[in-house]
Amino acid sequence: MDRSYSRSRRLAPVVAVAAAAALTLAGCSSSSGGKKAEESAEGASAGKATTPRMTVALVTHQSAGDTFWDIVRKGAEAAAAKDNIKLIYSNDPNAGNQANLVQNAIDQKVDGIAITLAKPDAMKDVVSKAKAAGIPVVGLNSGVSDWQKLGLTEFFGQDETVAGEALGKRLNEAGAKKAVCVIQEQGNIGLEQRCAGVKKTFEGDVENLNVNGTDMPSVKSTITAKLKTDSDIDYVVALGAPYALTAAQSVDEAGSKAKVATFDLNKQLTGAIKDGSIEFAVDQQPYLQGYLAIDSLWLYKNNGNYMGGGEAPVLTGPAFVDKTNVETIDKFAAKGTR
Amino acid sequence: MTQQAEPAVTTPSAPGPSKESDGRTQQRPLALRLLARPEVGVFLGAVAVLIFFLITAPAVRDGSSMANILYQSSTIGIMALPVALLMIGGEFDLSSGVAVITSALTASMTAYQLSMNVWVGVIVALIVSLAVGLFNGWLLVKTGLPSFLVTLGTFLILQGVNLAVTKLITGNVATDDISDMDGFDQAKALFASSFDVGGVQVKITVVWWLVFAALATWVLLRTKYGNWIFAVGGNQGSARAVGVPVTFTKISLFMLVGFGAWFVGMHQLFSFNTVQSGEGVGQELIYIAAAVIGGCLLTGGAGSAIGPVFGAFMFGMVQQGIVYAGWNPDWFKAFLGVMLLGAVLINLWVQRTATRR
Repeated sequence: MDRSYSRSRRLAPVVAVAAAAALTLAGCSSSSGGKKAEESAEGASAGKATTPRMTVALVTHQSAGDTFWDIVRKGAEAAAAKDNIKLIYSNDPNAGNQANLVQNAIDQKVDGIAITLAKPDAMKDVVSKAKAAGIPVVGLNSGVSDWQKLGLTEFFGQDETVAGEALGKRLNEAGAKKAVCVIQEQGNIGLEQRCAGVKKTFEGDVENLNVNGTDMPSVKSTITAKLKTDSDIDYVVALGAPYALTAAQSVDEAGSKAKVATFDLNKQLTGAIKDGSIEFAVDQQPYLQGYLAIDSLWLYKNNGNYMGGGEAPVLTGPAFVDKTNVETIDKFAAKGTR
Repeated sequence: MTQQAEPAVTTPSAPGPSKESDGRTQQRPLALRLLARPEVGVFLGAVAVLIFFLITAPAVRDGSSMANILYQSSTIGIMALPVALLMIGGEFDLSSGVAVITSALTASMTAYQLSMNVWVGVIVALIVSLAVGLFNGWLLVKTGLPSFLVTLGTFLILQGVNLAVTKLITGNVATDDISDMDGFDQAKALFASSFDVGGVQVKITVVWWLVFAALATWVLLRTKYGNWIFAVGGNQGSARAVGVPVTFTKISLFMLVGFGAWFVGMHQLFSFNTVQSGEGVGQELIYIAAAVIGGCLLTGGAGSAIGPVFGAFMFGMVQQGIVYAGWNPDWFKAFLGVMLLGAVLINLWVQRTATRR
């Protein structure tokens, strides 16, 4: 008792100092930037369906804290809100765990499932189980070459190789001679396919570079190191928006003349395209992928429609974002939906 | 080589009193005593790696390349120092990697959401980081659970909180850009600026790294607190018996790791303007590896502050050296592993040779 009393006595001045500090700091508001400066923007809204409430599961291979998947999820949530759908989102980068999550959705007797096929073989069994249980399954994002084999009704996404090829052609137009393709997650199939696509169409040289994506300082110094070793490199191709922004810093630091191009957008990136530190981005429109996947399940249930006619995937990319069209996209990116 | 040449010089000059010793405390040759120090092995390992890359990767010989390698080493090294001290004190911290991101996220979101001067965020982040350290240390001391379990728990909690809170507050999984806010430039000057040395841009983190290393060395070797660290890591029971405040020492060491996480977190925030909430996972192992390569025992009680400096340098050197050498990037991780194991083996061999009678 005594001890705790004396301890709280000793703590009292500390608390007082902390409180005083907090009060002082309250006067330290920033005159620029910050939340106050962020305009309150309304999300896209298209009324609300009066159809009976249905439940849909979206199961992806997202790893934690990835800005790209955040946008997919927002698109899915927007469609769910519009269609009177209860959306259950779950994710796991490990294919076996992802399959378990799909099984979980089947057990919950959902009305539809949207999945990504990063590792199609691992998903084969659960997809047939879902079909046996009479639950329609659509695919999105990855698995453009496998969705039909697995018997999915629809697919929304871009072909990573095709997107890479488009970027390669664009590099030719820009007159590039030597590019480096930065892979932030060693051994990720989608990323390898993008670089392979670039290699296919690009007439100059392209080299892959692996960086440690969970540690930005290391990403920065590795790209700097590469640019210093080879001063002929005139284009850095990044495979994600945050890495592109870091690559632009590396270019500065290395005193290199290289330009930066990237796959995927976020709100900082559109600013960088505006100010010219990044040349262009290939956008596969993740919001659209999430939105269409959920909306298609609603259309299928309520009107028997399927997009792409069950034969062809619905392509959401590659769409280019550069100085010519960044102005129109910027305001959507600022909301975190592009 | 040197081990054989030196004895002839040093042994005869051994002072009088030692001749009366019974042989058990016989003075060993200077070179061997030097080599037996934990940091010498890693120093030789680092030199070996440096020479290897100076030969195989010509670009490394450039001053600005070395500055880049030192930068990479410093971001690992600043964290490896408190992690090493903690390890000497007999514990380790699995949450240190994500704690860096927690700190950066806290600072960024506090400043942005409240539209405050960024220094407010920086100070709040410091308090949060120290609190995480306090929590780790307090739980460990109170429950007597191994640090593996306690910090594994914190690691998972922080990983989840980083993601969930960021999403809850910003609506996105990355924080907003704070580079146009008041105080940003000052904070950037302190945590993430660079300066010119003979035409080479050197990052300020390199300076901080060396300052912290000097400070840690002084604390470890010249202060009472330093003795306490060795004592609690060596034998907690006897340390307590001779009056070492074990509880205070352990908790303060965890808080020191919190301080390191705050510093590196601020560097990341002010050099990249935004933070992704999923970063930092896996970095804790790199910090621990740098400390272990630097001669700190996983079991505690032995080690130095200068060893981890070379450990971190070796990491930075190998990681960037592979790129400078232009090797096939698919082999990147494997090269890294082989080089590190090689360096650790040199380290081990030197110590074994030196301590053999």
